[in-house]
Amino acid sequence: MLSRFLQRAPENFLNREQIQAVRSGRRGFLASAVAAAAGAIAADRAAAQGDPAILNLPAHSKGLGQPVAARGYGLPSEWEKNLQRRESPGLTRVAQSSVSFAPLQGLFGIITPSGLHFERHHQGWWDIDPSQHRLMINGSDDSLLKRPMVFSMDELMRLPSVSRMHFIECGANTGMEWGNVAVPTVQYTHGMLSCSEFTGVPLRTLLELCGGDFKRARFVLAEGADGSGMTRTIPMSMVLDGQVLVAYGQNGEMLRPENGYPLRLIVPGVQGVSWVKYLRRIELGDMPYGTKDETIHYVDLMPDGLHRQYTSIQEVKSVITSPSGGQVLLEKGFHTITGLAWSGRGKIKRVDVSSDGGKNWRAARLEGPVLSKCLTRFNSDFVWDGKPAFFQSRAVDETGQIQPTYAELRKVRASRSIYHNNAVQSWALAENGEIGNVQLV
Amino acid sequence: MSSWFNGRPLVCAGLFMAAAISAGAVHAQEKTIEKFPGIGRTATAPELKAWDIDVRPDFKGLPKGAGSVRQGEVLWEAQCASCHGSFGESSDIFTPIAGGTVAADRKTGRVDSLLPGANQPQRTTLMKVPTLSTLWDYINRAMPWNAPKSLSPDEVYAVTAYILHLGDIVPADFTLSDTTIRAVQQTLPNRNGMTTSHAMWPDPVLGAAVPRPDVQGSACLRDCKKEVAVKSFLPDYARNAHGQLDTQSRVLGPSRGADTSQPSSQNLVPKTAVSPSTVAQAAPEKIAKSGLDNAGATAAVMTLLQKNACVACHGMDTKLVGPAFKAIAQKYKARADAVNYMSGKIKGGGQGVWGNIPMPAQSVSDAEAAQLAQWMASLAP
Repeated sequence: MLSRFLQRAPENFLNREQIQAVRSGRRGFLASAVAAAAGAIAADRAAAQGDPAILNLPAHSKGLGQPVAARGYGLPSEWEKNLQRRESPGLTRVAQSSVSFAPLQGLFGIITPSGLHFERHHQGWWDIDPSQHRLMINGSDDSLLKRPMVFSMDELMRLPSVSRMHFIECGANTGMEWGNVAVPTVQYTHGMLSCSEFTGVPLRTLLELCGGDFKRARFVLAEGADGSGMTRTIPMSMVLDGQVLVAYGQNGEMLRPENGYPLRLIVPGVQGVSWVKYLRRIELGDMPYGTKDETIHYVDLMPDGLHRQYTSIQEVKSVITSPSGGQVLLEKGFHTITGLAWSGRGKIKRVDVSSDGGKNWRAARLEGPVLSKCLTRFNSDFVWDGKPAFFQSRAVDETGQIQPTYAELRKVRASRSIYHNNAVQSWALAENGEIGNVQLV
Repeated sequence: MSSWFNGRPLVCAGLFMAAAISAGAVHAQEKTIEKFPGIGRTATAPELKAWDIDVRPDFKGLPKGAGSVRQGEVLWEAQCASCHGSFGESSDIFTPIAGGTVAADRKTGRVDSLLPGANQPQRTTLMKVPTLSTLWDYINRAMPWNAPKSLSPDEVYAVTAYILHLGDIVPADFTLSDTTIRAVQQTLPNRNGMTTSHAMWPDPVLGAAVPRPDVQGSACLRDCKKEVAVKSFLPDYARNAHGQLDTQSRVLGPSRGADTSQPSSQNLVPKTAVSPSTVAQAAPEKIAKSGLDNAGATAAVMTLLQKNACVACHGMDTKLVGPAFKAIAQKYKARADAVNYMSGKIKGGGQGVWGNIPMPAQSVSDAEAAQLAQWMASLAP
């Protein structure tokens, strides 16, 4: 029992040497390593009495800590610096038109910390003066609304607000993996995914203020104020049923500049490109707009050479975030398989987990809350006996859609597309504890 | 429309008398307006003109104007070629604009090189775009990349005409205008290459209403397959391509990041513990790849290079769109005023020294230009 205390280094972290020792079962080696580090006498005392982390009171137990408001805006612990959003090398050429991926491997629950939210900018990001920001609403012709209007941020924030939790996923998330395994970790395979509580005003309210003709106006154009002037066509049905929000709040504070401060569109369940940032204008229209990101990008190439246009809904999908690619399990014994499931069509109904590469599946526990078009956290028990394993998860949504395998997905859509890859992800656990990204047959 | 001057909305039930919508909807809208007095105001005509710039596939919104292929060529060389290449090929840096289409495509409206097995390495803009409005709208709103919305309508027509000419869609003496554009639309190579026949748009109004998604997984729970084999995995040479993974995972909990600086089989070789003091910051990978980190670049210079997208066109050792940083340093190392000369070129741009593709003037301060120039000078062997 005593040696168990000695597995932990004094600072409560295992170094690489100790990880190796634990994995190889050489626990005595660890005791001697500690002895060498701390001196034979100290080690003898530790061995006789217990864990030095308990016996030797640390500085924080015997001194005076930091004052309040030492940091007016709090920051993560110094120990958490490894978790950062990162670019995938070689994916894009220019950092202003690029992607940074959220570190899903280290996140808990379903909310993405705002500072780790994935980024996708088309022409760089801005920190816009909110007092100068305006939202204009007009029609593609004058008959589609009674009057075009302009709103200031002050006015929008006076209106009754709603707060809702939704995931946002880039349509190209997992796009690098359509053909083959291309990237090592869940950050890069699935990290164009985040989830926040968004606060704002239903777009329908604003359209009613303008006297919109909801019979004829079957489409909405959303346009950004930045250099890219991002434009996307939004389905009117989602506006009319109150789902689409003009949002200024994110996780209890204002949107972050990288996420569209001071105003962005929220289109639940629809790919991220439609959640137009720095939103400056909404236009009611009677036909779709065929914008650059509806014709040249964000179109899905099918086996017959046709491109699918206006593919918007993010289909049912899940991924195990731990254990996942690029990680190393420290020890045999009990582990929790945990991950995220989501569907652009509604709530997650069920998640199955396999640790034998899809031969056999068992139902995972869904952690609450389970919300519509929101990330759902799932967990499942796993006792590692030191043998190789293949982890997979498979989500089912409330409409009965089941997440497909790569074989099932490619059978219909082949593998030349970039967008809407919602295939089952596989992670291979090797005997040395290392986990790798694989695709299976 | 005087009411907007005092910031109050028009609250007038009579405004809705002519509405061609149902009585219920009218009632709801009236209630909304009554409920939120003082919120919003009517947009003025000049405001609408300033912001309502979108052009639809039916060309609604297209301003009057004209521009020739010749005029477009001049604009292209000056403002577009630095990223897109003189002939829109640009395959090393940005997605190519032209290429991959043939005369037969312009007849059928379907691009053959999009079919499986076609020997076409990249999908170009002209292979995909089905609507000419898209090109006009996007160039008008977002190009040039570092000075969007700076082109006049005539200039947008001209650049669009030049792109069409690069794709052999219009002849060299063509002038694109708000009147000729409709006929050109009828010859776009991929004009019939799009479908909305899918279930990923939630309304039934777009194309054919497809009720069910095209892909469905299996609900099998037991003995779902006989064999499991790895079909694809990350090759060893790519093990560290995304950086040292043990600095990208939390340093406590059930696992650690793998030490990808070592081959997997030797992963267990003892190494110093990961602690916050040794944790690397997210590396600017593209620069690291170019070798800038080895050249002793300061963090400030790296930030400047990234911020101003210098590395889009300049590599460390190799020529991309523009010359390699080291080549520039080599060329001017003998000049006593090398730093001044290079900062002047960074700020003012130039053309002809390294080829015909111009270096655009950069919006950096004098101090930043000098900092970059000093760093470049330090690269000279």
